[in-house]
Amino acid sequence: MEFCSFLTLDSFIKDPLTHDFMRKALLMSSLVAAVCGFLSSFLTLKGWALMGDAVSHSVMPGVVVAYALGLPFSLGAFIFGVGSVALIGFIKQKSRVKEDTVIGLVFTGFFALGIVLVSKIKSNIDLHSILFGSPLGISLSDVKQTIFISLLVVILLSIFRKDLMLYCFDPRHAKTVGINVFFLHYLLLTCLSLAAVVGLQSVGIILVVAMLITPGATAYLLTDKFDNMTVISVLSAIISSLIGIYVSFWFDLETGGSIVLAQTFIFLFAFLFAPRYGIFKLKKLFTGYK
Amino acid sequence: METINYRNFRIEAENICVDYNGKVALYDANLRLKPGQICGLVGMNGAGKTTFFNALTGFVNISKGKIRINGESVRSAQKDQTIAYVPQNEGIDSQFPISVWDVVMMGRYGSMNIFRSPRESDVQAVKDAIERVDLTDHLSTPIGNLSGGQRKRTFLARAIAQRASILLLDEPFSGVDIRTEKLISELFIQFKNEGKTILLSTHDMIHVREFCDLVLLINKTVVAYGETSEVFTPENITTTFGGISPDSLFGPES
Repeated sequence: MEFCSFLTLDSFIKDPLTHDFMRKALLMSSLVAAVCGFLSSFLTLKGWALMGDAVSHSVMPGVVVAYALGLPFSLGAFIFGVGSVALIGFIKQKSRVKEDTVIGLVFTGFFALGIVLVSKIKSNIDLHSILFGSPLGISLSDVKQTIFISLLVVILLSIFRKDLMLYCFDPRHAKTVGINVFFLHYLLLTCLSLAAVVGLQSVGIILVVAMLITPGATAYLLTDKFDNMTVISVLSAIISSLIGIYVSFWFDLETGGSIVLAQTFIFLFAFLFAPRYGIFKLKKLFTGYK
Repeated sequence: METINYRNFRIEAENICVDYNGKVALYDANLRLKPGQICGLVGMNGAGKTTFFNALTGFVNISKGKIRINGESVRSAQKDQTIAYVPQNEGIDSQFPISVWDVVMMGRYGSMNIFRSPRESDVQAVKDAIERVDLTDHLSTPIGNLSGGQRKRTFLARAIAQRASILLLDEPFSGVDIRTEKLISELFIQFKNEGKTILLSTHDMIHVREFCDLVLLINKTVVAYGETSEVFTPENITTTFGGISPDSLFGPES
């Protein structure tokens, strides 16, 4: 901790930027955070936090199989991500087991399958980097794929932003006026699977669900407008990523965990001090406004 | 009545059945409504009122029977924005970060381009609709800050903005203030004169007598259907509510 005393803010920010891997990590993680943050506002409003958890864990065997077969891992993740949701729906419909139980059951099963597969196809897959992320060690092909998937998700979400908002808010109305609810459902699931894949690079499969729900939850406490919520969600996700990576660099901490912890702290801050919905309602303190 | 021209009916439901994974929610239900008619849908909780609405809007598929909306299929009714659904206050997430303006604009989505970017005519339709329900002072208010009555009016405005010819209203009078109730009843008269058809579910028997030309009593299937004055009898109501007399349900005044 001694070095902290002579560390100025200037060098705190600039020093890591002299390293190539840090510049890449900061850029990639910000991009991933932005994508997950964008999606996050839909997921929190739709009440899909548990679904996000399920899908992000279920993509694991897909990633492993794709690696083994030399396919893009987004493809494998997509198949297993959507497949897990289909399986959840099927089991729920055909049995008397409650939905949250089915979700927990299916995604842990998929996740376990992924772990078993990794142990079998050991050669070039690093279990630790899948589980906990490795934003500092992203390869060039990963960078390309991450950029491609991120752009794809952002474009899809942007085009169908209003329809997805309506789908989250009032699917019955959407259906009544002839909007394809089935398509929107699977669109959101697809984006969720893809976001889980890019997210697992920066924070790992176990914590990627935090990237998908925490920024949205934070933003939800801070605004009553959907568009603002999206913007705040994206910004808080990016800021958390930057803070997390810097902190992990200077204090030699696990990067993925640091990013998610930064998100959690921002959420806690909003939880305590949000102008309208925070416990202490800052606005009231400053202006006496109720 | 022998030579029925299907185009005379706004809603035509023939022997429709709906089941959820083998559990029957509604069977052999029939309904015919003409332009300008207001029909009350009355039944216990779980009697299939919401299911009936869902079948008409195409939100659930019917397993048997036939539905015609303005003589067309449910699917083309969806495309033409023919039906508007006004949900129960409990049926929506009131904490959703969305303003009155945005909710009402959703009534126009079906006829917009894929980006749902409002045209001048959409903006005008939304403005007019909001004015008709007297919420012009609340254009940008988040729905979470509205009273129950104001929220109900917001969704009515969405139906108006949609320019639907059929309105399905789920418990339009529950949890609303007197001002809203008065406004809704005035709107009903306007809708009737505009030739719109209204199907509303309600628990309040007084409202049925006051507004409804026709009444459809259901308990998983149609118990009775017809002119309110003829069908809305204590005997039929008792049957609909599983043998409980209307006196104990609604007081001796029924």
